[in-house]
Amino acid sequence: MSEITQVSLGGMGQSVRRKEDIRFIQGKGNYIEDIYLPNMLYGCFVRSPFAHAKINGINSAEALKVPGVVAVLTAKELAAHNLAWMPTLAGDTQAVLAGEKAVFQGQEVAYVIAENQYAAADGAEMVEVDYEELAPVVDPHQAMDKNAPLIRDDKKDQKNNHIFTWEAGDKAATDALFKNADVVISQKTEFQRVHPAPMETCGCVVNHNKITGQTDIYLTSQAPHAHRTVFALVAGLAEHKTRVIAPDIGGGFGNKVPVYPGYVLTAAASIVLGRPVKWIETRTENLQSTGFARDYHTQAELAATKDGKILAMRVNTLADHGAFNAQANPTKWPAGLYSICTGSYTMDNAYVKVDAVYTNKAPGGVAYRCSFRVTEAAYVIERAVDQLATKLKMDPAALREKNFIKSSQFPYKTVTGWEYDSGDYHKTMKLALDKIGYAELRKEQAEKRKKGELMGIGISFFTEIVGAGPRKQFDILGLSMNDGAEIRVHPTGSATVRLGVKSQGQGHETTFGQIVAEELGIPVEKITVEEGDTDTAPYGLGTYGSRSTPVAGGATALAARKVREKAKKIAAHLLEVSEQDVEWKNYKFQVKGVPGKVKTMAECAFAAYTNAPDGQEAGLEATFYYDPPNFTFPYGAYICVVDIDNKSGQFKIRRFLAVDDCGTIINPMVVEGQIHGGLTEGFAIATMQEIRYDAEGNNLNGSFMDYLLPTAVETPHWETDKTITPSPHHPIGAKGVGESPNVGSPQAIVNSVVDALSHLGVTNIDMPVTPWKIWQILKEKGVAE
Amino acid sequence: MSKKEITITVNGTAHTASVEPRMLLTHFIRDVMRQTGTHVGCDTTSCGACTVSLEGQSVKSCTIFAVQADGKSIVTVEGLAQNGALHPIQEAFKEHHALQCGFCTPGMMLSAVGLLQRNPNPTEDEIRWGISGNLCRCTGYQNIVKAIQDAAGKMPKGVKL
Repeated sequence: MSEITQVSLGGMGQSVRRKEDIRFIQGKGNYIEDIYLPNMLYGCFVRSPFAHAKINGINSAEALKVPGVVAVLTAKELAAHNLAWMPTLAGDTQAVLAGEKAVFQGQEVAYVIAENQYAAADGAEMVEVDYEELAPVVDPHQAMDKNAPLIRDDKKDQKNNHIFTWEAGDKAATDALFKNADVVISQKTEFQRVHPAPMETCGCVVNHNKITGQTDIYLTSQAPHAHRTVFALVAGLAEHKTRVIAPDIGGGFGNKVPVYPGYVLTAAASIVLGRPVKWIETRTENLQSTGFARDYHTQAELAATKDGKILAMRVNTLADHGAFNAQANPTKWPAGLYSICTGSYTMDNAYVKVDAVYTNKAPGGVAYRCSFRVTEAAYVIERAVDQLATKLKMDPAALREKNFIKSSQFPYKTVTGWEYDSGDYHKTMKLALDKIGYAELRKEQAEKRKKGELMGIGISFFTEIVGAGPRKQFDILGLSMNDGAEIRVHPTGSATVRLGVKSQGQGHETTFGQIVAEELGIPVEKITVEEGDTDTAPYGLGTYGSRSTPVAGGATALAARKVREKAKKIAAHLLEVSEQDVEWKNYKFQVKGVPGKVKTMAECAFAAYTNAPDGQEAGLEATFYYDPPNFTFPYGAYICVVDIDNKSGQFKIRRFLAVDDCGTIINPMVVEGQIHGGLTEGFAIATMQEIRYDAEGNNLNGSFMDYLLPTAVETPHWETDKTITPSPHHPIGAKGVGESPNVGSPQAIVNSVVDALSHLGVTNIDMPVTPWKIWQILKEKGVAE
Repeated sequence: MSKKEITITVNGTAHTASVEPRMLLTHFIRDVMRQTGTHVGCDTTSCGACTVSLEGQSVKSCTIFAVQADGKSIVTVEGLAQNGALHPIQEAFKEHHALQCGFCTPGMMLSAVGLLQRNPNPTEDEIRWGISGNLCRCTGYQNIVKAIQDAAGKMPKGVKL
């Protein structure tokens, strides 16, 4: 028998080429817009042109005369079915259609259903809405003003625009440390409102069968099971007769986690009309109404000794949540995992406070390529540490190394209560500094400064908290954040794996197959991984917050080990020895000490269906629901080198190095691809993206003409490297990686630009850092004309 | 709205249909022909997911009316593979992990083929400019550039889209 090896299996650590690609490269992906059902109708929204306006009336008569228009739904019709309002993931209520008033520009006001999308758009044009403009609240600081207009007068007990106050850490102890500290820095930063903007917008096709009561919901969903349960709760659909199918998803990045009015209306329309209905968001609708991210306005302070030992951190954040509190965060964590903002450093105490407010802007607050406000947290600490270094006249790398949690301190309990699983920060930092040639770069910078040339080096050393989460603490709408995996090994030795998570491009069909290949000795090409169909997949909370590998990866490995335990009994039976005499070695079962006496998994699988031992249940399959004992804590050292033209403010990223430690790596090629993509999104946020509003609450970035995605021309060349520190509590030691590069990179870029200008007294530039902003500073400082 | 009968050859097969003059070419390809590999990612000709080859030129099919393509020939992603063999650009995208979610991929490959037909040996800069009308949100373009460099030497001789 030929040797089975990790390479021949396509097991862990192999850059297996992706199995899903064969359909994508031939145009045979199956995205939401590719779903065409017989007799299908199309939905189109009428949206509010005003940020805040009373609705005196809606006249659908002319719209209904448009050829092809079948129906027009307004809040009035929805109210008759008790569907006018829906719960948000954050426990607020959101208008499915605006009834008495509209509270943000682009809000859904009426829904026109027609025979095709052109007729639906024609119909939407003809709906007459009588608006009466109200004063909008645009600035989140203004929202807290006691004279500010009340946005949510629909809520009985809501007397102002304040949503919640959330605190972590010890205020009194932190204040005391600040009082006695040698050095204190205070920094105001804005993490601007941005949008995940996946290439595919959101959409759905709903097909309700009036006879059987069955409802099929094809949905751009990062969390199909959770969404099915939400549909059951919101629309009263029976879960056993509701099938959510998330087909191929054209990118998610958090945008496809919430439930949007478009989904609810399309379902309602199909139920009322008894025909399939399709709704596909336009790009403008996507940018103006669904799932924005960030919008955190922060005052951060650090207290330190004069020789650079950090003592304490104090953070006060004002969070703009828009008109409905529709952010995606675990129930008991309204500011998500933001208290990870103490970062990679030891300190004696910390205090973090977040106040959230309503404004007349689109609702959201999704975790855009980020684990629940971790990007905001990493930005705050890594900007603040740089400012502390400037104040102390210390090298920012040296200051970080001085305060790092040491490898011997792991598992490390932070002052805000998290237990970091593993890490060797000094090692990762050293690799990054050596590889970029840090000392030489600093010399070059000093020489350039003498000549008046501008060059900066920015460091970010981030620690993430991902893999939500342990069910003792984490749920969304009461649903435990656990995930299932089911493995069926077929008689001829191939296998089908079904998961409750859902890839949006991460390559699960390949990487989860590799976990099973490694655990069971079945070649990856003989393993099919299926996700996204609630009729077949085990329950799970979906893919976001880098939770697929930490949670569903654990479930997959443990389900495979259950299969292996059963197969071992069969192997013993086939080898005619007792089970104790059988060991799993070189991906086969072997009689201990007798290398020639072996049985493969394929042989055991065949026997499981043809020749199972007496008294043993036939078949070879297992299901496992994994409840992670803790989060995982990936980290990394990112260094950005920037050159700035001192006359125009134009800047160019000369080098960007990302050294990541995400624990055990399943597929290095896929991991590197995730890092390239996340860095590019971080680069976009740092240098070009912002969803802005004017004083009237008009969205100024409603298309790709003004909400910029970097092209291949602007995007820097990315350099990557890694250290590997496995998670001690995870079944395969993996920590998750998809979001690290987006969490780690914005501040590396901002730090590099601020570093280039630090000798001019510049301590902060808010994102997006643009040549225009830099030129204004250079002009003010007398450098540029 | 009045309709006009048009004939468009898609991937070598002529299709005749009666369409509204305002129908976009991309909707003709997707909704009428049900060739769904051509995607729509924006409303403003920015993203390039809908790129097809029209008479040998890469065009964004969301910005052309179907009636403008009357009597013309187009190639979409479904027409890249020939006789059961993948096109070199398809092979290269798979080999170099030049796609993740796959949504931009058809348009990106069509633009790349257009570029390589105009310029068989592009520099990295020329490749980056050549695909700058196509947005990708997942890959950061680095592996796409690699794939196009790899495919450059392998383009079928004498065959034009």
